[in-house]
Amino acid sequence: MLELVHGGLCGGILLALADPAGATEPKAQIDAGSTAWMLMSSAMVLLMVPGLALFYGGMVRRKNVLTTMLHSFVAMAIIGLQWVLIGYCLAFGKSIGGFIGWSPEYIAFNGISPTALYGDKHVPELVFAMFQGKFAIITPALIAGAVAERMSFRGYIAFIVLWSTFVYCPLAHWVWASGGWLFEKGVLDFAGGTVVHIASGVSALVLVMLIGNRRDYPDGAIMPNNLVLTLTGAGLLWFGWFGFNAGSAVAVESPVAGYAAVLAFTTTQTAAAAAALVWMILEWKHTGKPTSLGVASGIVAGLVAITPAAGHVTPMWAIVIGAGGSFFCFLAVQLKAKHRRDDSLDAFGVHGVGGMWGAIATGIFCFTPVAGLVHGGGLKQVGLQLLGVGVTVAFAFVMTLIIGSIVKAFVGLRVTDSQERDGLDITIHGERGYHL
Amino acid sequence: MKLIIAIIRPERLQAVQDALQKTLDEGDNYRLTVASVDGHGRATGEIEYFRGQQVRTRMAQKAQITIGVNDAYVEKAIDAIVAAARGSNGGEIGDGKIFVLPLEQCVRIRTGERGGNAI
Repeated sequence: MLELVHGGLCGGILLALADPAGATEPKAQIDAGSTAWMLMSSAMVLLMVPGLALFYGGMVRRKNVLTTMLHSFVAMAIIGLQWVLIGYCLAFGKSIGGFIGWSPEYIAFNGISPTALYGDKHVPELVFAMFQGKFAIITPALIAGAVAERMSFRGYIAFIVLWSTFVYCPLAHWVWASGGWLFEKGVLDFAGGTVVHIASGVSALVLVMLIGNRRDYPDGAIMPNNLVLTLTGAGLLWFGWFGFNAGSAVAVESPVAGYAAVLAFTTTQTAAAAAALVWMILEWKHTGKPTSLGVASGIVAGLVAITPAAGHVTPMWAIVIGAGGSFFCFLAVQLKAKHRRDDSLDAFGVHGVGGMWGAIATGIFCFTPVAGLVHGGGLKQVGLQLLGVGVTVAFAFVMTLIIGSIVKAFVGLRVTDSQERDGLDITIHGERGYHL
Repeated sequence: MKLIIAIIRPERLQAVQDALQKTLDEGDNYRLTVASVDGHGRATGEIEYFRGQQVRTRMAQKAQITIGVNDAYVEKAIDAIVAAARGSNGGEIGDGKIFVLPLEQCVRIRTGERGGNAI
């Protein structure tokens, strides 16, 4: 059985703080393989953002294709800066009581030397900071799917800046940073089941409650403009997710990524495949047709579900996690038609529900660094995982309610009725996605 | 028999379809063909921005409805389209136009039926 060393970041971070230039001897050596993989992974996670733009962009009506894709692209611009300026400092700075990070030299990366290594890892701190930054970018962009076709662009920008700063950064600190209170308790989240998927899914639902349904929902037939884009996007997401999950190995395994990376890579592939197949079969049974959007949704549901578990479970249990992801997400998406809440592109149905299942499943099926339920570890880890899920749901719910209400009062969250009718592309951006 | 060609705002299509269905299902048959078209009337397109330049596109995107109607229902169909295509704004440039043409013959391919019943 693999033995992966978990934790042990604390001493490393303190070392980095005491010696930001990393110039004094003796120091750990840079590991070429790990560093190369981290650079590659960071680029792959960034590629998921245009992938998400295509995935979402294909599903909306043609009058809103540009604004929907722009939600993802503008997150690359805005959070891409926010992360460098303050986000990394809040998430991975020196822990203040386990609740937030703060290291002034991290502001604008001003005190991070290119030759400084990250903690006790053999990769440069800058590559770790960049890798984490891509996660910060994609997470608020996931939320946009729930409020597509009616959220104002101004309101979206204000919302993601506040949300990333006051929801994402604290959560990332709690779960991933050494000294973070959930991390110290032993809650496992390999690559972001709680921080990324539950947080964005729950916040998406809250935002839908604040903004309301689209004017044509549910009576109008709202059909996708181009599912070819959506399938292309799903493909890019799958590809990028190898960076997302297998790249996260570097943050977990010490001193270099290797075993954890290949394990995460394998479970990611396996879970996504199982989930795509299960969604297709469920749909085939349920409606009589195996749809392309169903397969694409299954892929994403499986990838979401395996995210917190990727480096903690065996490939066999990854099949179960992926299949379960599709089962629960499929159910959630079907139930949406009953409760009539217009989570337009199923951000909660897939990321919220899939993330919760994955986080709990991690406690059931994990074998490293601790034994979960099926490996004789009892219910201890399941309990910890439930704590992680509960805390994330509650925090994301309350904070998004507050932030969303503030933005609604001062900036506005929704476009006017005529803008919504004529389409956001032409009325807000002065462009159309398609001409003759 | 008349052939009605209506060019309307795409976002009013759903409302026009609903109105026509309500009107024509009383006695006539509700059948309809829709095409996505580009063109202009008094309003010459819309303002767009391309690489920083303001461009007034010569064409605006419209939906075109083609529908065959028996004589007794022509006025009702026109009224339904006008009311639904104008919408709540009370009428603006760009709301569209309706053309009514004499319809010489109508054949249902499946059965070979001709005339008013085939509509």
